[in-house]
Amino acid sequence: MISYIIRRILYAVPILIGINVITFLLFFVVNSPDDMAISQLGQKYTTEQQIEDWKRERGYHLPLFHNADSQGLDQLKDTIFYQKSLRLFIFDFGSSDSGRDISYDIKQRMWPSLAIAVPNLIIGLLVTISFALLIAFFRATYIDYWSVIICVALMSISTLFYIIGGQFIVGKLLRVVPISGYDTGLEAVKFLILPVIIGVISGIGASTRWYRTIFLEEMSRDYVRTARAKGLSETHVMFGHVLRNAMIPILTGIVVVLPLLFMGSLLTENFFGIPGLGSYTIDAINRQDFAIVRSMVYLGSVLYIIGLLLTDISYTLVDPRIRLS
Amino acid sequence: MTMPFQPVILITDALFFLLTAAIIAFVFMLRSRLHLKRPWQKVVQRKTGAVSLLVLLCYYSIALLDSMHFHPRLVNGMEYQDSSQVQSDYQYSNEILSVLDVIMTPMRIQVEKTFSAPLATQSLSKEMIQNDDGSIDRIYPRLEFGGAHLDNPATDKMNDIQSLVVQGLMKGLLIWMGICLLCLLVLGGLSSSGIAGYFCYVRSGQSEYPVATIALCLAVIIVLINISMTIGTYYHLFGTDKVGQDVFYQAIKSIRTGVLIGALTTLVMLPVAIILGSMAGFFRGWIDDLIQYVYTTLSSIPNVLLIAASVLLIQVYMNNHADSFDSLTERADMRLLFLCLILGITSWTGLCRLLRAETFKLREMEYIQAATAFGVSQFKILSRHIMPNFMHIVLITVVLDFSGLVLAEAVLSYINIGVDPATNSWGNMINQARLEMAREPVVWWSLTAAFIFMFILVLFANLFADVVRDALDPRISGGDA
Repeated sequence: MISYIIRRILYAVPILIGINVITFLLFFVVNSPDDMAISQLGQKYTTEQQIEDWKRERGYHLPLFHNADSQGLDQLKDTIFYQKSLRLFIFDFGSSDSGRDISYDIKQRMWPSLAIAVPNLIIGLLVTISFALLIAFFRATYIDYWSVIICVALMSISTLFYIIGGQFIVGKLLRVVPISGYDTGLEAVKFLILPVIIGVISGIGASTRWYRTIFLEEMSRDYVRTARAKGLSETHVMFGHVLRNAMIPILTGIVVVLPLLFMGSLLTENFFGIPGLGSYTIDAINRQDFAIVRSMVYLGSVLYIIGLLLTDISYTLVDPRIRLS
Repeated sequence: MTMPFQPVILITDALFFLLTAAIIAFVFMLRSRLHLKRPWQKVVQRKTGAVSLLVLLCYYSIALLDSMHFHPRLVNGMEYQDSSQVQSDYQYSNEILSVLDVIMTPMRIQVEKTFSAPLATQSLSKEMIQNDDGSIDRIYPRLEFGGAHLDNPATDKMNDIQSLVVQGLMKGLLIWMGICLLCLLVLGGLSSSGIAGYFCYVRSGQSEYPVATIALCLAVIIVLINISMTIGTYYHLFGTDKVGQDVFYQAIKSIRTGVLIGALTTLVMLPVAIILGSMAGFFRGWIDDLIQYVYTTLSSIPNVLLIAASVLLIQVYMNNHADSFDSLTERADMRLLFLCLILGITSWTGLCRLLRAETFKLREMEYIQAATAFGVSQFKILSRHIMPNFMHIVLITVVLDFSGLVLAEAVLSYINIGVDPATNSWGNMINQARLEMAREPVVWWSLTAAFIFMFILVLFANLFADVVRDALDPRISGGDA
């Protein structure tokens, strides 16, 4: 088991290098630091000196790969590639284009993101699994037929409308909870209710339909027929056998997104003014802060790779038939 | 040159026409191949399939009309003003219009000052009006175009709208009956039993196709189009936005952006996914390793972030090279194309993975071994024996991805990394309208219009995808056949 995990981690190394190279190419080669400086400072009335200062302040003045002015090992060290890209491997994100420490910001903003994402995931899971189980219970009836159509309709609505509609109805018409903002400690709860509810509702359509398929597939298996033949009640079959076995694909499908919960949701956080990593990314995109976007791209990829690793491990934990080799 | 217009083909237009030609060619190819035709017949035989195909076709043709661009000729041009202009007889406007713009001319040019509610005759906000005797009143001023033909809007408006609806309904029904008659004549003429016999055959419900449903759906579509066009000539059906533009017109113009993003992205990613996927599965070894490495790496980067990063960089590029674009329209068009390319880069990996696995399975089949034994070249095996056998996966993925791409466009435009702000798109409409929700009275119509048009497209695309998957996937269709 341990050797398998080690091998999987080693396998992730070339992918991380690849991601590093891609971000480097995207941010420093496709567009030179000069382009970034010009787009930040504005094209008109910008002098060479201003551009040079802008780059020097942020460490973009160095050559890309090879610094001929330095001595010895510094020839490779005093370059953008070493300073900006290789540092990412040890999670040293450096400072943003506006001069703030990115690592510090990430640590601060991680918690609000988690405060939304975790309840959203858990409640969403409970709600959609119950719906899907109910629909699967009434399979091949009109309830099933119309539920599926409602699910398709629900998933055809853009997330934007769920958020705008929810904010409008709850915040403006009913005036129950504040529509945006955030607070520390337990005070935060009242700000979290609305985003979590909307997050759950917007996910119902797609997940319910997906889980329904899993349940139906599981219900056509032989062991279910055996269980019925034994004379077990339909409820017992559903909860004791079908649900337990269907949890394998459902749970392993969730493990992959677990690490990404840290990243938060771009839209939800932006709409509700929650100071998480999602709104951090959106703000960076709108301010054209390349350092932050680059760090988030890298962080997101690392978390995704960790998620894949966890998925593989979780398969072996829940399903004894799968052997690692 | 005596043409009343000068055609312009933007890059996305050209690609869109290419795609349309490819689809038509595909349909013609189907006609002669029964085994390929069967699943598609099944799609149309299902009521959901037929209806959603009709709705999607309707959206597609609007997008196609909106892609035929041209420079209109100036009506009172300057050709007689000085002698140097004589050689070029006509002047063309710099403005780029599309055929759809011409069809919707009243809605395009009837621009009010600012917000007005749907079907309103008065502005949304009060304005100072100076009377003849010098006193100042604060009233809701009449709109310049919305219901301008009415003398007394308060009493006449409802009757007028009702009569417009009836007018549109009648016109729509007439057109619908014309189309139905034409179809009957053509299909009846082709069938062996003659026109009357064919009519009885269809009426008695013997046809394999849900003819009644198709006809009903067609009637609804045509009548709705006609009613909205008749009302749109005299009123603003969905009100006007901040700068007084007709919201209904905007929503219709946005169709092109939505359909284009869904369709062109597919066109961009398909060749890459098909070629790399089949090569990885077929050649294995280091080629497989390399291709797998490329797509694992790309798919490890969260999509939104990769798109955001790429779009940011393109924004920088376009800001720094602003001179190389002739007009705003071309610039916006370029950005739309880039967006399709970027979305394509992020979405080919999934299909590539599927195709690799399928090729892996297919190359172990006996008929491939037989082909190898006969000395058929590897290239030919790949193109003649393997590719046609995974095409159903390609088609299913294309249809399934379409709705997701339309939704993605709105979200991306909302966070300012989507299409150009000058392009009509549902995302931009939502983005602009969101801030107005806080106004009193609430300006809800922009959002509603974007919601309705987007919802219909995505809903029917989803329903269509379901039917196509059921019909094309051999694992599913094998079960119920």
